[in-house]
Amino acid sequence: MTAFLVVLVIILFGVALMQMNKIFLMSKTKVDETAQIASDKDNNTQGYIMLAFVFFTYFLLIYCFWEWGDVLLPEAASEHGAGLDTLMFVSMALIFVVGFFTLWLLSWFAFKYRGKKENRALFFADNDKLEFIWTIIPVIVLAGLIIYGLFTWTDIMNVDTEDDPMVVELYAYQFDWRARYSGPDNTLGEANVRLIEGVNQLGVDVSDPNSQDDVVVNELHLPLGRKVLFKMRSQDVLHSAYMPHFRAQMNCVPGMITQFAFTPSISTADMRLNEDVVGKVSRINKIRRDKSVELLAKGEEALEPYEFDYMLLCNKICGTNHYNMQMKIVVESQEDYDAWMATQPNIAEVIKE
Amino acid sequence: MSAHAHDHAEDHDDHGHHHKETFVTKYIFSQDHKMISKQYLITGLFMGIIGIAMSLLFRMQLAWPDHQFTIYEIFLGKWAEGGVMDPSVYLALVTIHGTIMVFFVLTAGLSGTFSNLLIPLQIGARDMASGFLNMISYWLFFLSSVFMVMSLFVEAGPASAGWTIYPPLSALPQAIPGSGAGMTLWLVSMAIFIASSLLGALNYIVTVINLRTKGMSMTRLPLTIWAFFVTAIIGVVSFPVLLSAALMLIMDRSFGTSFFLSDIYIAGEVLHNQGGSPVLFEHLFWFLGHPEVYIVILPAMGLVSEIMATNSRKPIFGYRAMIASILAIAFLSTIVWGHHMFISGMNPFLGSVFTFTTLLIAIPSAVKSFNWITTLWKGNLQMNPAMLFSIGFVSTFITGGLTGIILGDSALDINVHDTYFVVAHFHLVMGVSALYGLFAGVYHWFSKMFEGRMLNKNLGYIHFWVTVIGAYGVFFPMHFIGMAGLPRRYYTNTNFPYFDDLADVNVIITIFAIITAAGQLVFLYNFISSMFFGKKGPKNPWNSNTLEWTAEVKHIHGNWDGPIPEVHRWPYDYSKLNKAGDDYVITGQDYVPQHIPLRDNEEEMNH
Repeated sequence: MTAFLVVLVIILFGVALMQMNKIFLMSKTKVDETAQIASDKDNNTQGYIMLAFVFFTYFLLIYCFWEWGDVLLPEAASEHGAGLDTLMFVSMALIFVVGFFTLWLLSWFAFKYRGKKENRALFFADNDKLEFIWTIIPVIVLAGLIIYGLFTWTDIMNVDTEDDPMVVELYAYQFDWRARYSGPDNTLGEANVRLIEGVNQLGVDVSDPNSQDDVVVNELHLPLGRKVLFKMRSQDVLHSAYMPHFRAQMNCVPGMITQFAFTPSISTADMRLNEDVVGKVSRINKIRRDKSVELLAKGEEALEPYEFDYMLLCNKICGTNHYNMQMKIVVESQEDYDAWMATQPNIAEVIKE
Repeated sequence: MSAHAHDHAEDHDDHGHHHKETFVTKYIFSQDHKMISKQYLITGLFMGIIGIAMSLLFRMQLAWPDHQFTIYEIFLGKWAEGGVMDPSVYLALVTIHGTIMVFFVLTAGLSGTFSNLLIPLQIGARDMASGFLNMISYWLFFLSSVFMVMSLFVEAGPASAGWTIYPPLSALPQAIPGSGAGMTLWLVSMAIFIASSLLGALNYIVTVINLRTKGMSMTRLPLTIWAFFVTAIIGVVSFPVLLSAALMLIMDRSFGTSFFLSDIYIAGEVLHNQGGSPVLFEHLFWFLGHPEVYIVILPAMGLVSEIMATNSRKPIFGYRAMIASILAIAFLSTIVWGHHMFISGMNPFLGSVFTFTTLLIAIPSAVKSFNWITTLWKGNLQMNPAMLFSIGFVSTFITGGLTGIILGDSALDINVHDTYFVVAHFHLVMGVSALYGLFAGVYHWFSKMFEGRMLNKNLGYIHFWVTVIGAYGVFFPMHFIGMAGLPRRYYTNTNFPYFDDLADVNVIITIFAIITAAGQLVFLYNFISSMFFGKKGPKNPWNSNTLEWTAEVKHIHGNWDGPIPEVHRWPYDYSKLNKAGDDYVITGQDYVPQHIPLRDNEEEMNH
């Protein structure tokens, strides 16, 4: 009973409080309706922060370049790559100029014209001349970029067979790569996944005379300065053969043969001596050493030191191990390449075994 | 047309009061566009919370790949035993994050919310052309959300082939566990979503064409309506193509057809499929997929144009050019899809064509940006949170849009395709920008949605600044790791020692992501508390010209208690001076709402 009374008293007390609050609210003079609308004070503060904001954007850009400018890819290791890098540089320069000015205007206007009660905005609805100018300038600039880009693109994608490129097949499957060299006849034998059996992992048609001298490997060696025409195939799902240092990429599509060609222009040995690469490798090794100390302390194995190598990675989501589908690429002199090739058995030999 | 709309409205006038609304008809199966818009918004925000939470989980995995987090185990259960995230669930998180954010938040949550709220109110209509279809549209969207969320709980895991679901990966359960029941639910959910989106879009189109009030010619429409109208048209043109792609994929998966499959050897056996092409799927997917990004960004552009003009106290600069560029963007958006496929193996000549059309789209985009900046020039800027988000929108639209010049160039795309450079680009230009548009819209029209209650502005300021700084902190450094050659959708980068020096960048990105997401909690708190306890503001808090502010604050069926207002001018008569030039057209008031007839003391413009 006492408990009940206590509860009752508490409830009544609560009700009384609520009623008093209600009376209090009603007795209050008109509530400020404009409380949640920006006042001149807000306009002023936010205007200043807007101005600071553009400096933040510039700072962020400079900081990113300062801090991470050295993580970017080193110079292109293929002949067409140099042209691509120039186009990239031109486009980037344009972007920076346009971005710099437009972001400045945006924030500066937001600051300069921050609202004040006594100010009056300018009724300015149209100006054909202005609009014409900023339509025609992008038209001209973009026309230039389009033409420049299209020439570069056509040069890269249209493979001239007169250059007598070396034909190599890149074969993708979950989750690894194989390369098939076309051998002395420079012609790949026919292949189809239906022919996959035992050691014939790539489904090469062994009855095709062209296939006899084909060589299947899991490390890609390329002679320096010789144009290579890659023919891509996939065994199961979409993959993408991405060779960032050569500025090269093409999807591997099941049921279809795709292609990409380039001429390696810097050997692996020379690239390892490249200033940017030397710097990058030494930073990476420092990170790995530091990490190894931690790992050893935990009783785990230390990381191996890193040495630069070109790589081929998968760049199209292809399954759970997509993140670890890679192949090493070695660019070397023709003699070294020939010596390496001589040690590789061709398909005829492999099948005979 | 508009005369007819007026008549239709007249005989509606004394309606509305007779219906006895029950809880179910008012809050659940409501046919009132205002309630439906709130339903869209709240469902969209709910899905957004899931989508953003997922991004935090995979960002943590990317930043600290060899740490164990109990939080993984809490949310991911068997896929994160001992706090180590499974690679397949990483891909699932990425996939569902993309799907949810693009379709459920930015398409339905943004366009669905504001098209529903603003089309009838701003054109002066009592409701949508078909309230019933509108209700069906929302409930189909709800159903598709339920299916999408359900797919998270199936045995083998949700869809994990990326939000683009390229076959064969998405077609073969042998290829990835998520391509089993999870993928089926994904496809079912999307099919329903498409139906919902089509019903909605058709309704918007019909309403804008038929139900404009007297005097509301097409060239007097606020830019919001133009944007919603054109967005709906793009949706009707492109969504059916995705439906066909989804149906064909369902056939390939379940009924043994070979639309997209050919010559496949997987899990030790050759599949019977012959003659299909995954490239065909890519064409079909991107025929929707690219217009989709404009479906996302155009409504945001419309909202921003309207909010910017209102808060600058100036007419939007180049109203007709703005409409023309919306139309140009809409047209071009349907012929640029191939720029997602430069290196898909399609004919390189097609690459040239798509480069050409893609870079063309930069022209109307540039015109729009310049016009927004000019709208600010010599304005009297009212820095309300909605205005800040609009300015933020232009900022990210510029920074994100400019890198599009690189990606749209087939030659340059070769080396940045599918790297983090792409991730940075599209997040800034369509993800973050569209979200800013959404936030701007919510801050601006909150009081219209919740009967006069307003969002707290100081919380709004905090929300804005945390979000803009955080979003740049996340996506700016991403350009660099992309240009360093880092592919997207990698569970961890530790298998490539070459990428070891990018690890600290990933940590910074993740920290910014966590801060930004925490900033959204401020918004959520503000949203929920203001919904119930927000201070009521004036009827027309932003001194805006458009018709919605003449409608009743309290939500009634039919929007206006009396007759629908007649329109006499365009919606951008801000700070217009009288003929003498010594004061505004209406003395002491710097705006002239659309329903005010032309005065003797003002010059007639061409609107």
